[in-house]
Amino acid sequence: MKHDLIILGGGPAGLAAAITAYDAGLRDILIVERDKELGGILNQCIHSGFGLHTFKEELTGPEYAARFIAGVKERKIPYVLNTMALHVSPEKEVTLMNRTDGVQTVKAEAIVLAMGCRERSRGALNIPGYRPAGIYSAGTAQRLVNIEGFMPGREVVILGSGDIGLIMARRMTLEGAKVKVVAELMPYSGGLKRNIVQCLDDFGIPLKLSHTVVDIRGQKRVEGVTIAAVDEHNKPIPGTEEEYDCDTLLLSCGLIPENELSREMGVSINPVTSGPVVNESLETSVPGVFAAGNVLHVHDLVDFVSEEAGAAGRAAAEYVLAGSVDAERNEIPVKFEGGVRYTVPAKIDPKFVKEAITIRFRVGAVMKNRIVSVWMDGEQVSKKRRQIMAPGEMEEVKLTREQFDAHPDLKELLIRVEEV
Amino acid sequence: MEKIQLICIGCPMGCPMTVEMEDGKVLSVTGNTCKRGDIYARKEVTAPTRVVTSTVRIEGSETGAVTVPCKTKSDIPKKDIFNCMQELTGVTVKAPVHIGDVLVENVAGTGVDVIATKDIQ
Repeated sequence: MKHDLIILGGGPAGLAAAITAYDAGLRDILIVERDKELGGILNQCIHSGFGLHTFKEELTGPEYAARFIAGVKERKIPYVLNTMALHVSPEKEVTLMNRTDGVQTVKAEAIVLAMGCRERSRGALNIPGYRPAGIYSAGTAQRLVNIEGFMPGREVVILGSGDIGLIMARRMTLEGAKVKVVAELMPYSGGLKRNIVQCLDDFGIPLKLSHTVVDIRGQKRVEGVTIAAVDEHNKPIPGTEEEYDCDTLLLSCGLIPENELSREMGVSINPVTSGPVVNESLETSVPGVFAAGNVLHVHDLVDFVSEEAGAAGRAAAEYVLAGSVDAERNEIPVKFEGGVRYTVPAKIDPKFVKEAITIRFRVGAVMKNRIVSVWMDGEQVSKKRRQIMAPGEMEEVKLTREQFDAHPDLKELLIRVEEV
Repeated sequence: MEKIQLICIGCPMGCPMTVEMEDGKVLSVTGNTCKRGDIYARKEVTAPTRVVTSTVRIEGSETGAVTVPCKTKSDIPKKDIFNCMQELTGVTVKAPVHIGDVLVENVAGTGVDVIATKDIQ
C-alpha cells in the first residue's frame, strides 16, 4: 500500500495540515489517529479561550476541533482511528497497527509529523517519597474528569503552574474538590495571566512561587505532601517545609514533544525544543518529512498550531506534486541573540520563501522594555517594541518575500532582542 | 472609601491595579498602563462575570461517551458559578447531542442557557 501523504496524528496540527494539503491539490492523503476520535487533546480541553486569533471568537476545545474535523469530512479526506504508528523507516515506510487489520506497512511519498507532545512525568521530576496511588499528571486528571466522568481525588495539591495545572485547579474546585495550593519551582508562573486570575484568584487558591514538593507521604494512597521554598539554584531551603494533607497530587511541569518515531527514522532533533530541526518549509532533515504543532515545539495557543500545520500541509503537497525534483538547497541558519532560546524554523533557504514566513521563538527569562529586531547581512530590516517578554509566551517575527528579494545572496539572518 | 487590588488579565504585563470605590461607584483606577486595564477593572469590581464550562452525563451514546462537554451560552455573574455547577450535577441527557443544543434552560435562574459544545452520536 502507498499514499501520497501520511499525517501522523489527528489532533489540531494533523487536521489543519490535511485540509491545506487537500486544498493545494493532493487527494491521496491518510490521517492516522491512535484515539477513537479525531481532535486530539482538544477533546478534553472543555474550557474556553480557543480560536480568538483564527475565528475571532472564544471557543471551547471541542468546538475548535469540530470546525477542523468538519473541514476534513467535507473534503472526504480519509482517516483511520484506533490506529497506532509503531515505526517509520528512513524510506518513509510507516508501520501501523490496529485491532481490525493487525500490523501493516504503508509507504508514503511525504509525511507530516503531528504527534503532539506529552507531559513531564513524576519520574522525570525526581520527586522523593513513596510511590502511592493518587499522583497524576494534570492532563490525565483532565481526561478522567472531563471524558471518563469521575473525580480522581477530593483534596488536591498541584505542583507546577503550567496552564493545564491552573485549568485543573479550577475544574477540580468546580466539581467539589478542595485545591489547597499550587506550588511553582520558578519565581514566575509558566501559565497565562488570565488563567492565574480566573482559575486561582477567583477561588482563593494560593500560588506559591519558588516552592516545590520535597516529600510525598502515604504508602497505598497519597496522604500528604511537603512543600518547601527553594533558593536561586532551585535547592530547597531547610526550615521552610510546610505539610499539606491531601489525597491527590497533580503535576503540571512542562510538556515534551513526542518524537520517538521521528528519531527512529533519523530526523535531527533540536535539544532545546526536543522537536525536529526544520527549514523554511517546516521540512525536517529527512526530505519529504515535515513537522508542525506541539511535536515541533510546544505552543501556548492552538491557533498558532493550526497556522503552522497549515503551512506544513501546503509544503508537503508541493513536495509530492513537484515529483522527485531534487532542488539544490542553500540554507542559512537563523541566528539569534539577547535571550532568545531557539527559533522555528532553524534554517532558511531564501529562494523557497513564499510571500512571507513566520519565525517563532521563545525567550529564556522575563524581560521588560525590549526591542525585537531582524537583521539581514548587517542591515536592520524590522524592529518592534515589546513591553514584556516571558518564557511562557511564544514570540514571532514575520519576514516578507520583498525583504529577502532586497537582500540577494543573503549570508546572515539575525534575530536580536535588546533593551530599549 | 474602599480599595480593591486587581491583576489585569488584558496581556502578559499583568499590571497590578488599585481600584478606589465608594458606595458601589468606582472613583479611580490606578496602576494600569493602558485603556484595557481601566475597562477590565471597572467591570471586574462592579459586575464580574464568567463563562462556565463543565460536563453533564450522557446516556445512549453509540461511541460509548459518558459525558458531554457544555458551557453557559454567555457569561453569568461570578456569584452564580457554584449554583450553576450544582444544577448541572443532577443533569443526564440522551444521545445524540449536537453542538449548540440547549441542555439546561435558564441555569440557576441567570436567564442563560447551558449548551452542548460537542457532537455526541
